[in-house]
Amino acid sequence: MAKTHTSRLQRKEAIEGYLCIAPWLFGFIFLTLGAVLFSFFMSLTKWDMINPAKFVGFANYSTIMFDDDRFRQSLKVTAIYAGFSVPLGLVCSLALAMLLNLNVKGMQWFRSIFYIPAILPGAAVAMVWQMVLRPQSSGIFNAILGKLFHIEPIPWLTSPDWVLNSFIIMSLWGVGGGMIIYLAGLQGVPTQLYEAAEIDGAGSWQKFRNVTLPMISPTLFFNLIMGIIGSFQVFTSSFIMTQGGPANASLFYVLYLYQKAFKYLQMGYACALAWILFAIILALTLLVMTSSRRWVYYEAELKR
Amino acid sequence: MSTVAVKKKARPGAAQKKTWRAIAYTTLIVGSMISLIPFLWMLGTSFKDPANVFADPIQIWPKPWLWSNYAKAFSKLPFAQYTFNTCLITAISMFGQMLSCALVAFGFARMRFPGRNVLFVTLLATMMLPAQVTMIPVFKIWSTLGFYDTFVPLTLPSFFGSAFFIFLLRQYYMTVPHEMDEAARIDGASTMQVFYKVLLPQIKPALATLAIFSFMNNWNDFLGPLIYLSSPAKRTLALGLYAFQGQYATDWNYLMAASAVVMMPLLILFFCGQKYFIQGVVISGVKG
Repeated sequence: MAKTHTSRLQRKEAIEGYLCIAPWLFGFIFLTLGAVLFSFFMSLTKWDMINPAKFVGFANYSTIMFDDDRFRQSLKVTAIYAGFSVPLGLVCSLALAMLLNLNVKGMQWFRSIFYIPAILPGAAVAMVWQMVLRPQSSGIFNAILGKLFHIEPIPWLTSPDWVLNSFIIMSLWGVGGGMIIYLAGLQGVPTQLYEAAEIDGAGSWQKFRNVTLPMISPTLFFNLIMGIIGSFQVFTSSFIMTQGGPANASLFYVLYLYQKAFKYLQMGYACALAWILFAIILALTLLVMTSSRRWVYYEAELKR
Repeated sequence: MSTVAVKKKARPGAAQKKTWRAIAYTTLIVGSMISLIPFLWMLGTSFKDPANVFADPIQIWPKPWLWSNYAKAFSKLPFAQYTFNTCLITAISMFGQMLSCALVAFGFARMRFPGRNVLFVTLLATMMLPAQVTMIPVFKIWSTLGFYDTFVPLTLPSFFGSAFFIFLLRQYYMTVPHEMDEAARIDGASTMQVFYKVLLPQIKPALATLAIFSFMNNWNDFLGPLIYLSSPAKRTLALGLYAFQGQYATDWNYLMAASAVVMMPLLILFFCGQKYFIQGVVISGVKG
């Protein structure tokens, strides 16, 4: 009797539980799981969204891998961008966070100034940077560099050699997001650890290397993964500012994917591109995660 | 090793500390000046006469100072309409996201049902999936249902929750002691009452964070409106800026004025809700 009573309650709780998560479950089944399966199937077809899809097996994938110069170019552009913007971003945001953590006066103002660029609309930011990075000396960057260092005007966005540098510089404007996360991590480091290190005679560098870095390594890990994922998904800035040009020198991966899908209507091909992007991001994330066992220190591990 | 270090180094002197602070301030001031250049250049340009926008050498201080640029920028394209569209999409999405995420997270945090853990891990796993993988099928679904060039694809999905926000709220629910809902249940509260009257008030700070991030995501969204909206009257502000650039490629003073206006709500939001912004980043970064 008692048993049936509890199981009736349990059943009621289970039903209510499913009802609570029903909105997500519905969205998950149709807009995620269904879409994922659909996307994979479509990646095996030739499909323009108007005429019926034609099954072509792995032809899209083999074309992408062996016979698509623009794919290779977009991968190269994205990899170079990620290779520079991620480490530079990590270092700059950590440096800023450490400076702000020194109990400086006006800390809130500095924090706001550095953080705000990270939350602004990408479209408006792209407009502003087009203005900042104008060629000749009518752009503010060229004007300042010319005044201070007598540097010849740089063709920031108009030369294939410079355009990627410009995007990397722009990405550094948004390091505030990472900085805030580091700042939280830094404030979580117990001061006793620094005191103990000082008693042992550790200098600034040793304290940084042996206390700060291990203690914030989980934050570093988080920022690294988010940085990698973010850098492989650059779209708005390149779409607005350069459309991938000049000479495909800023053809970011997702921009290329977008063009294939919505400009050339090669939807099947674009699905295949999306799966390759997923594989790349997954592989990089797993790589970082496996390596993290060596360099990320979790305090909670001792308790578990 | 430590004994060697003791011999080698005395406690850092006051002079050394002073130097460090001086270096810190210099770096911060120079850094924030560089960081402010794009803002100032945008604002400066937005008040300039078109003839001076590309002046060489550059004109730092707008002369004449044209407030009218803002009014003109707004009359060149229906920016009032764009603002309305953006506000509508943002408001509906925020509402949907707060409602659905609060409920779903409650289910995961408080209710016991078979398969809960598997489903929760699935939810976390979906965060790994780049949006590009589902972008095309989801586009196909919405256009088959006849929702192309409507706000539905931009608003309805938020009623299905979003994995990251659900995770964030669930973490927050977990910090509320179980005694609170048990006491309410003994008093005869139903599950919905526990959710609505007991737990929801407890997670208000997390909901505020969610609201802010949801506002930001929707206000800033570019790819979504770009894919789904085609008629000019339905454009959002972000899309409107892009269209403006296409039509009036040379009117950079107006474009900068429009950009400044599009950025403005986020600046206001940041200064009003700074606490929640930072809290949200911290929760996601440290616990995630």
